[in-house]
Amino acid sequence: MPINYYIVLALALFSIGIVGVLTRRNAIIVFMCIELMLNSVNLLLVAFSKMQAAKNAAVTVAGTDGQLFVFFIMVVAAAEVSVGLAIIVMMYRNIHSVDINFLNRLKH
Amino acid sequence: MNMQLLLIPLLPLIGFLLNGLLRNYLSKGVIGLIGSGSILGSFILSILAFMQVRSGAIVTAEYFEFIKIAGLRIPFAFQVDQLTSIFLLVITGVGFLIHVYSTSYMHEEKPHHFARYFAYLNLFVFSMLLLVMGSNFVIMFIGWEGVGLCSYLLIGFWFKKEDYTKAASKAFIMNRIGDLAFLIALFILINKLGTVTFSEIFTTEALAKLSAFDITIITTLLFVGATGKSAQIPLYTWLPDAMAGPTPVSALIHAATMVTAGIYMIARSNLMYSMAPGTLNCIAIIGIATALLAASIALKQNDIKKVLAYSTVSQLGYMFLALGTGSYVAAVFHVMTHAFFKALLFLGSGSVIHAMGGEQDMRKMGGLSKYMKITNITFLLGCLAIAGIPGFSGFFSKDEILAGAFATSPILYALGLFGALLTAFYMFRLYATTFKGSFRGTHEQEHHLHESPAAITIPLIVLAILSVIGGFIGVPEFIMEGAHSLKDYLHPVFEQSYAILPAHHVAHSTEWALTGVSSLLIIIMVVLAWSRYSKKPDMEEAKGFGKLLQDKWYVDEIYQSVVVKPLNALGAFFNNIFEKNIVDGLVNGVGRLVNYGGRQLRWLQSGQTGAYILMMVIGVLIVFALQFFLRK
Repeated sequence: MPINYYIVLALALFSIGIVGVLTRRNAIIVFMCIELMLNSVNLLLVAFSKMQAAKNAAVTVAGTDGQLFVFFIMVVAAAEVSVGLAIIVMMYRNIHSVDINFLNRLKH
Repeated sequence: MNMQLLLIPLLPLIGFLLNGLLRNYLSKGVIGLIGSGSILGSFILSILAFMQVRSGAIVTAEYFEFIKIAGLRIPFAFQVDQLTSIFLLVITGVGFLIHVYSTSYMHEEKPHHFARYFAYLNLFVFSMLLLVMGSNFVIMFIGWEGVGLCSYLLIGFWFKKEDYTKAASKAFIMNRIGDLAFLIALFILINKLGTVTFSEIFTTEALAKLSAFDITIITTLLFVGATGKSAQIPLYTWLPDAMAGPTPVSALIHAATMVTAGIYMIARSNLMYSMAPGTLNCIAIIGIATALLAASIALKQNDIKKVLAYSTVSQLGYMFLALGTGSYVAAVFHVMTHAFFKALLFLGSGSVIHAMGGEQDMRKMGGLSKYMKITNITFLLGCLAIAGIPGFSGFFSKDEILAGAFATSPILYALGLFGALLTAFYMFRLYATTFKGSFRGTHEQEHHLHESPAAITIPLIVLAILSVIGGFIGVPEFIMEGAHSLKDYLHPVFEQSYAILPAHHVAHSTEWALTGVSSLLIIIMVVLAWSRYSKKPDMEEAKGFGKLLQDKWYVDEIYQSVVVKPLNALGAFFNNIFEKNIVDGLVNGVGRLVNYGGRQLRWLQSGQTGAYILMMVIGVLIVFALQFFLRK
């Protein structure tokens, strides 16, 4: 499969993520959209690493760098999700809402 | 280190510091002693210096490097030659007498004001000594500025009266105008010759490097400086107003010393002036014009000090006439004799004012000879000297000036003689109105009339003696061959100029005739004035031409409307419109802009997470776009 397909898919996912973050007010959906962006990047990394391996046949442990990165990102994202969800839970407990516009009082 | 020379100006400086700093602790006796004693010390040292240079040697002393910048070296050095020594003797000698006089005249002041007065007086003498002793133009300029400052301080001594402080400011500003020209001349000299030291400039070789145009420019600018300091047209109006100061100050500053600074400077630069005949003509014309203008004004003044003030301006005009006609010796001679008789006249008028309880209007005096014998006689001698009655000091110096003028142009001589006649007339109008006739003041004043104490009369007597005999050091050649000892003494100073200036020779018989005619006319004028004013003074209001003279040709008014008012209007414009709208507007505008910008940018910090993210995305997009377009 040509690399272009992967790039277009990743771009689409990333854009959906951004639009979601920008337009939605529900904190959980915003959160999900962030995950979506992370994953689009992961997809891109995997795709590029595969492409690299296909080009350089001589390299035996082909494309492991990109895949390693992906693992790291997934681990960090998991940790981030746990913290983020915890914050959202606490937020709901305090103000009975997960609307992010409701939480603009930090400026004061 | 030549301590002897250094001490001459240092003693008055020490006196200034002691009196100035300890003014609240010293008694009047001690203050007077410090003030007069320091000048007496300088006088004695000046006599020693005079003895040293008599043989023809020039004493120089360098103390430290004052300014040293690439190529230009200005040492702090003194140079005493024949010319300087004459001025030293006049300054410290007459200065000492005036200090002694002041101890009595100013005795009614509070002790700290008394000390302030003597401190200023000493500082003045210090500046004047620096001016005449400096071996280069920069040291001279320090003294030049110093005397300007001191005259400001002393004219405004009674600073509680607003008129007096205005007169002080006027003197200072007028002087500053001249000083600026002096300074520019100095810069041109440095630029063209790279030195300001007299001994390096005033040689024929050094001056040969300058073009005739340069010399004319430099000499003219220096002369403008001299018109400021020596009260010549157009900058003379400060001197009559300077009479606001205490009378001894008028005697010291505005008669005997400060105003002669310009004459000293030109006499010092005589070689340069001799090489600029155009400037010399200009000096002669300005000099004679000033002499006549001031003499005409003096005819109709009723304030005793004003008459003397205009007479000073007029006599200074004569000195410039002498300089302009190349008779430098006559100018220095007249400086000296004028210092004697004008100091005498001012101090005498001070004695009169003292006796009259502060009254200065001659119309309210009269008949004072009965009450003040010593003042009367000394004042009369002073008048005879200034009028130029044969035998008195003024006769010799004025005659020499007129002879020099005749040699250059008979017109100058005729005008000069006319001025001398005016001088004789107004001086005897002054004398007759004040001392003759009957007393016209109040009974209270008449009761109060008394001869002044010894501290006042002794300086008067000494000065009177000098005014009478002072002329005999310069007996003209046509009367007695080789009797002009001043001319011989000053010969080394003006030697180089004599070689350049065209030699005028007037036959002895002509000189006899001129002197005879002028003396006769002067005596007639004296008799005329005496008979006209000794019985009945000038009481009626002046009309027509007399009014014009009494109002000083309206020169002050002209200056007021031509210079002062436009400048004030300009100042008001800058203050009210430029300052308030443009300068303040700029400053406030910057503040307002920052304030406004801050208020506008505040909306970015909305606290909306979405807005932040949107901006972040837009920022990233911009960075990408830039990358894309700039990288190609």
